[in-house]
Amino acid sequence: MMSKKYETVIGLEVHVQLNTESKIFCDCSTEFGGEPNTHTCPVCLGLPGTLPVLNKKAVDYAIMASRALNCEISEYSKFDRKNYFYPDLPKAYQISQYDLPIGKNGYIEIEKEDEDKLHKLGVTRVHLEEDAGKLIHEGTIDKSSGSLVDYNRTGVPLIEIVSEPDMRSAKEARKYLDQLKKTMEYLGISDCNMEEGSLRCDANVSLRPFGQEEFGVKTELKNMNSFKAVEKGLEYEIERQKELLEKGEAVDQETRTWDEDLRKTISMRGKEEAHDYRYFPEPDLAPLEIDKNWIEEIERTIPELPLEKKMRFVEEYNLPEYDAEVLTDNKALADLFEEGVESFNDPKEVSNWIMGEFLRLINENEIEVAESKITGKKLASMLNLMEEGTISNKIAKTVFEEMFETGKEPEKIVEEKGLKQISDEDKLEELVDKVIEENPEVVEDIKNGKDKAIGFMVGQIMKETKGKANPQMVNQMFRDKILG
Amino acid sequence: MELYNLSISELKNKLSSGEITAKEINETFKKRISEVDEKIESFLELTDQIKDNEKNDNGLLANIPVAIKDNMSFTEGETTCASKILKGYNPPYNATVVNKLKESGANILGKTNMDEFAMGSSTENSAFQKTKNPWDINRVPGGSSGGSAAAVAAGEVPAALGSDTGGSIRQPAAFCGVVGLKPTYGLVSRYGLVAFASSLDQIGPFTRNVEDSALMMNAISGHDPKDSTSVNREVPDYTKFLNEDVEGMKIGIPKEYFDLDIDEEVEKNIRESIEKLKDAGAVVEEVDLLSAEYSLAAYYIIAPAEASSNLARYDGVRYGQRSEKADDIETMFKNTRSEGFGDEVKRRILLGTYALSSGYYDAFYLKAQKVRTLIKEDFERVFEDYDLLISPTSPSTAFELDSEQTPLEMYHQDIFTVPVNIAGLPAISIPSGFDSKGLPIGLQMIGPHFGEGKILQAAYTLEKILDLDLRPDNLEV
Amino acid sequence: MTKEINKEEVERICDLANLEVSEDEKEKFTEELGEILNYIEKLNELETENVRPTAYPVPLKNVLRKDEVGQSLNQKEALKNAPDKISNQFKVPSIMSEEE
Repeated sequence: MMSKKYETVIGLEVHVQLNTESKIFCDCSTEFGGEPNTHTCPVCLGLPGTLPVLNKKAVDYAIMASRALNCEISEYSKFDRKNYFYPDLPKAYQISQYDLPIGKNGYIEIEKEDEDKLHKLGVTRVHLEEDAGKLIHEGTIDKSSGSLVDYNRTGVPLIEIVSEPDMRSAKEARKYLDQLKKTMEYLGISDCNMEEGSLRCDANVSLRPFGQEEFGVKTELKNMNSFKAVEKGLEYEIERQKELLEKGEAVDQETRTWDEDLRKTISMRGKEEAHDYRYFPEPDLAPLEIDKNWIEEIERTIPELPLEKKMRFVEEYNLPEYDAEVLTDNKALADLFEEGVESFNDPKEVSNWIMGEFLRLINENEIEVAESKITGKKLASMLNLMEEGTISNKIAKTVFEEMFETGKEPEKIVEEKGLKQISDEDKLEELVDKVIEENPEVVEDIKNGKDKAIGFMVGQIMKETKGKANPQMVNQMFRDKILG
Repeated sequence: MELYNLSISELKNKLSSGEITAKEINETFKKRISEVDEKIESFLELTDQIKDNEKNDNGLLANIPVAIKDNMSFTEGETTCASKILKGYNPPYNATVVNKLKESGANILGKTNMDEFAMGSSTENSAFQKTKNPWDINRVPGGSSGGSAAAVAAGEVPAALGSDTGGSIRQPAAFCGVVGLKPTYGLVSRYGLVAFASSLDQIGPFTRNVEDSALMMNAISGHDPKDSTSVNREVPDYTKFLNEDVEGMKIGIPKEYFDLDIDEEVEKNIRESIEKLKDAGAVVEEVDLLSAEYSLAAYYIIAPAEASSNLARYDGVRYGQRSEKADDIETMFKNTRSEGFGDEVKRRILLGTYALSSGYYDAFYLKAQKVRTLIKEDFERVFEDYDLLISPTSPSTAFELDSEQTPLEMYHQDIFTVPVNIAGLPAISIPSGFDSKGLPIGLQMIGPHFGEGKILQAAYTLEKILDLDLRPDNLEV
Repeated sequence: MTKEINKEEVERICDLANLEVSEDEKEKFTEELGEILNYIEKLNELETENVRPTAYPVPLKNVLRKDEVGQSLNQKEALKNAPDKISNQFKVPSIMSEEE
């Protein structure tokens, strides 16, 4: 909750790991997991005498991400060395970009509750750099016996996306992150998985009195391993700073780490002080000259982005915003939906099945949408069968599950399992008569006004026919025969 | 005459005519090494490859023994860069030039001594041993590729590879009376060359004559996809330039260079050689060039700056030596590096770190890179009208071991060679005569970018005119 | 441009470069570095206001490679030269300050 006196200023630095096949400066695999030190080579281990060679795809993806974030592309770009010592950094410098990043001056749009227009949050720059290795601490907290290093991850390409300090609340920061993540996923350039480390976020937050132009002292927040943690961390930090300022105390410029267990930010004073990275242009790599052709070639591969798609779904398919939001949460889902609508003329119905049954099964089975055997076309076929009356709503659920499991066409499933709805009047009448005969007491109840008991009778038919009887017809027949 | 006095082409001829066998060649040079290396100490390690010889009898350098400087990655033995910090390091990969030598059938006999991490002009900065000049074992062979130069001069191998960042091939070539060539930057792959100053380093050959130099250049030059600074350009057959012809060649003599402190006998000899080229039909004129002192000053910012970054990886984590005094990471880094590096290396790392540090970058590194542009453009201007430039390779002949020069005095040994690296040009040093002490004098020819042909041709011509006897058998060793 | 280099400066850059030098060495380096920096002053004699720096000796650009996976070292080769290793990882002493 924002203080009446102070305005929050938040900036975010997000690192996105690119899912190229090979690393940025060598041809080792970028595959996640894998036995330690099995995806390394002399180059990414920084062995004496080795040299980097730039992966074109990493540049393509950086250009793509920059354009999707509305950035200008630098006509001339280059790499620089960021020098510091750490065991997970094999060359004792990281090849990054300092003063001539690939993308700059962009923005992300979010929706704000009280605003009609979309709200722009600035993106200062997008640049390419290489990832470091993985360091794990050995031993216990009291008796540390050292650390172990796995270099599989060194050299995996990263883009660093730095925002303008435009966010004014933890919630806004969250929206920025959600939109950023969705955009990257749509582009297909990253797995965007915070747990696996393919997306990382650090935040800068400061407070200033409302109306003041000058920024207050900012603290840097690190070690937030989920979007929720980012939100919580920011909220905590904002409160902490507010309390200090209201007491008349100053906020220290420092780096703080979010402690997930203690639910607070803790100072890392002394560790991150005054790093002199001694940046200078990387002499082992040629500079980049990115011309219009290259940019246009990349732009042609950018799909319709999430916000655009969501708004179009509302407009074109007359869907409620909630539906559009869910359906566009990931690109594969949105594509599935549109494929379905192509062959079945009721977008809301398609949407209901996707949001309901489909997502339920996806979550239960813990698979990705893209991995599922259900296609929009198959779903549409099934819905058509329902509309024709070939199967009932209840049976459809069974068919859907089978489709999910096996990927078979719904018609085939209906045929194989004999699930066709029984709508034959004579057949049904035969069954209805039988059930009436077998249940005289219930018939009496119904005649005496116990309407609900019809459900029981219908239930008997459904049991008998294993759900295939046309429930509406059966219901009507009972009414006609018993109540006249 | 012993086989070790022969050049590569002479050995090749005898091999193809059947006069000698590959085995005889190998044994001769190994015997020579065993006889003289105790005194000269060119080699840090011997790595006989005779078993590989059986594979390729048709390569450009088939069965020719060669040596390589110990800063080139080789899977056989250790690659130490003559530093304690890399003692024990056995690389899992070969430098591109090593693979090229192997493909051409050469037999790599060993790794040669050098100044630690290529920083020095006398090879005295090696952590392990001091190489002696075969012409006078109380004197230095030059540096930093002293081991390779001495090995060739003494007939231990007919050819060796060195590296040149500010003169480290040419100056030792001059001191040892052999031919040393530094190619245009980008012509020879740096992949596998342990980096000193990335924008200045180049690998080049030591040979006893110019013809062999051309052969070696054919073997090692060419684009390498593993080196992003390697040029993608067709490599000519350098032996095509071995013509005795300087008729009409325009040779520039940089006035400002000759104004600097040069040993009297050296200057006299160089001027005499220049006259001989004039007599042979070359057009010789004085030219104006920016003083070499500017190049040296720029060099002593750029090279240490890049080196300070290139040498940061020696931290004891992944390879090489690690200090025993290592209770925590910070002390491990500090002690490993402090124990592992020699004084000159430390000096340059500190200088380079300073030049790049916050607040000083603009004044030092950026300024030096701008001056570099001026120097480059200055040379380009001159090369519009001239085919090549000539200067002494070094202001003096080989000085004594333990000469106790100050660092700055030692840096001045490279005054004529450094500008060439700053501008990325090719240059060759060939023996031009001897001083009164019987020590070799080197003459440097500088060419325009990718002008190896011109300098090889002029060098070849001068070599034939001078007809010096530089056979190893003449040495006292 | 000149800054007279003093011992404190030398200490600072020793820290940055992770080098430990004795008091004597510090004195010596301070003097030697001072001499060299003095010499470098020479560069100020040249006017470079509108000159572009040479970051790359060869005028190359856009040197790129295809995104294809090649051959990595096997685990043994990668760890071959490790001064200390355990369970297929490089082992190093503990980091003093606890951080991720």
